[in-house]
Amino acid sequence: MTGTQLIPTERALALIGGEPSDANLRRYLHGIPGVDAVGLEQRAAALGTRSVKTTSKAWALDTIIKLIDLTTLEGADTPGKVRSLVAKALTPDAGDPSCPRVAAVCVYGDMVPYAVAALGAAHGDPDKGGVSVAAVATAFPSGRASRSIKLEDTADAVRAGADEIDMVIDRGAFLSGRYGLVYDEIVAVKEACKRPDGSYAHLKVILETGELNTYDNVRRASWLAILAGADFIKTSTGKVAPAATLPVTLLMLEVVRDWYRLTGEKIGVKPAGGIRSSKDAIKYVVTVAETVGEEWLTPHLFRFGASSLLNDVLLQRQKMASGHYSGADYVTID
Amino acid sequence: MTRLAVPKTYKLYIGGKFPRSESGRTYEVLSNSGEFLANAAMASRKDARDAVVAARSAVSGWSGATGYNRGQVLYRIAELLEGRRAQFVAEIRDVEGVSAAAASAQVDEAIDRWVWYAGWADKYVQVAGNANAVSGPYFNISVPEPTGVVAIVAPQDSSLLGLVSAVAPALVAGNTVVVIASEKLPLAAISLSEVLATSDVPGGVVNILTGSPAEIAPWLASHADVNAIDLVGAGSLDWISMQVAAADTLKRVFTPENGPDAAAPALGRITGFTETKTVWHTKGLI
Repeated sequence: MTGTQLIPTERALALIGGEPSDANLRRYLHGIPGVDAVGLEQRAAALGTRSVKTTSKAWALDTIIKLIDLTTLEGADTPGKVRSLVAKALTPDAGDPSCPRVAAVCVYGDMVPYAVAALGAAHGDPDKGGVSVAAVATAFPSGRASRSIKLEDTADAVRAGADEIDMVIDRGAFLSGRYGLVYDEIVAVKEACKRPDGSYAHLKVILETGELNTYDNVRRASWLAILAGADFIKTSTGKVAPAATLPVTLLMLEVVRDWYRLTGEKIGVKPAGGIRSSKDAIKYVVTVAETVGEEWLTPHLFRFGASSLLNDVLLQRQKMASGHYSGADYVTID
Repeated sequence: MTRLAVPKTYKLYIGGKFPRSESGRTYEVLSNSGEFLANAAMASRKDARDAVVAARSAVSGWSGATGYNRGQVLYRIAELLEGRRAQFVAEIRDVEGVSAAAASAQVDEAIDRWVWYAGWADKYVQVAGNANAVSGPYFNISVPEPTGVVAIVAPQDSSLLGLVSAVAPALVAGNTVVVIASEKLPLAAISLSEVLATSDVPGGVVNILTGSPAEIAPWLASHADVNAIDLVGAGSLDWISMQVAAADTLKRVFTPENGPDAAAPALGRITGFTETKTVWHTKGLI
């Protein structure tokens, strides 16, 4: 990310038609057409029925691994746990050197230095064969802290070397219609992602769709986050059920597609939480390809937030390579 | 007016549920005299894969239960079999074409065998385990532990007795089971699964597949998440290849047995699917 962030913000202001006040944002967001919930769920279900086999499946599995944000977000995390996560990120399948690396490791802010140290020379852009460090910030997962704490939380992670920041929106404010507050917070956190050299850490905005109650709210929150300068919109923290679902992800992809058509700017999408099987992940890959196009299947535009998904993908890869079913004894215990 | 018969569709038993085959295939089960009896699901390798997943997830609960508890649960199955003996007798007569007395004798034998194995659940450890002699102030104890997921090719010439003879001993130690029933005589196997589903056996502990053992068994033999395979009913298959495939993942293997005495009751059928764990423990220091 470069220092050209002001341009989209000015464009956002032009779209909103004034200052990002509650009233202006409300007029804009509530002017967006409602979601056809039945049609959305039916479309998602139809996309989930595609049969992906043999070489296509092999391609899909490798693509999924390259798009994974390998995640550990537990209160019991330790530097050792983070180091083993990084080892897994760099060498997902020790028995198969052709297995690609994941896109990033996703940890709590205080674990960023350990992740950076463990990655060493491999720390870098996933497009160039590196593995990024993503940190959750802004009082993840609830987001219930004062603005200054959230900003310091973010800046601290960026200083420690995080390439990507996963922030949570204030769902309470969003649901009570204080859109201006949510907007300002995203803008402020984006500013806190700024590094001394003027570049920005990638900002992923977590909508926590499981708490937004309706598809209309998900669509509005997606637009709000993108208007405020999100580089990625992410479904969930993984701490609230339901987490990522295929219809919600499809809806967010549609917003991203509409934004691309409107402005030519590509925003990323990250479903997170609850995607545990390769079969499910392949449905998401199909949905991305059918909604925004295959060019979105790169680490800069699509990610899976997952921990146990990787092992299932590895088991499927082993099955395809060896011809017989593999088992949990042949992948690491996380 | 004649009443239209409503034939039963016999489905698979995987993870405590009764799904159709993922492949959508069925095959006709014929009586001994060649008449149509029922449609049974024809399991595919993916059903076997799903059954192994179900069995794997049931291992911790079933092997973690006490031997007393497993014994009670297994004995309860025998009680329920007794209550449905008329159905089993009728099914065995239909598919095997035997007399009522012979069918009844087979059900009796199956129930008795189940009770016999149930009794071993809290006893086999004492028989197969050992306090080893050591030259130091500590105990050294060897105990048998269940190996995990056991795949079974049930005897193909027996409806119920063969199945019970192979499944019951594997369950005693706390293993979970994926069993391929007799291809030609599957009805009693699925009725047994209905008994299991309404007993206290947790879902996934026993998974019953119907269909072609020749098609499914090799996948189970090479499956890396299966810990042991009982080929008792695989005599007419290429079981040597399966044994070779099983060796690749260090499975314990029982080889085929033929005839009416196949899988005869024996302690070895229980201990064959266990692993010996040896631990030491200090003696009291005072």
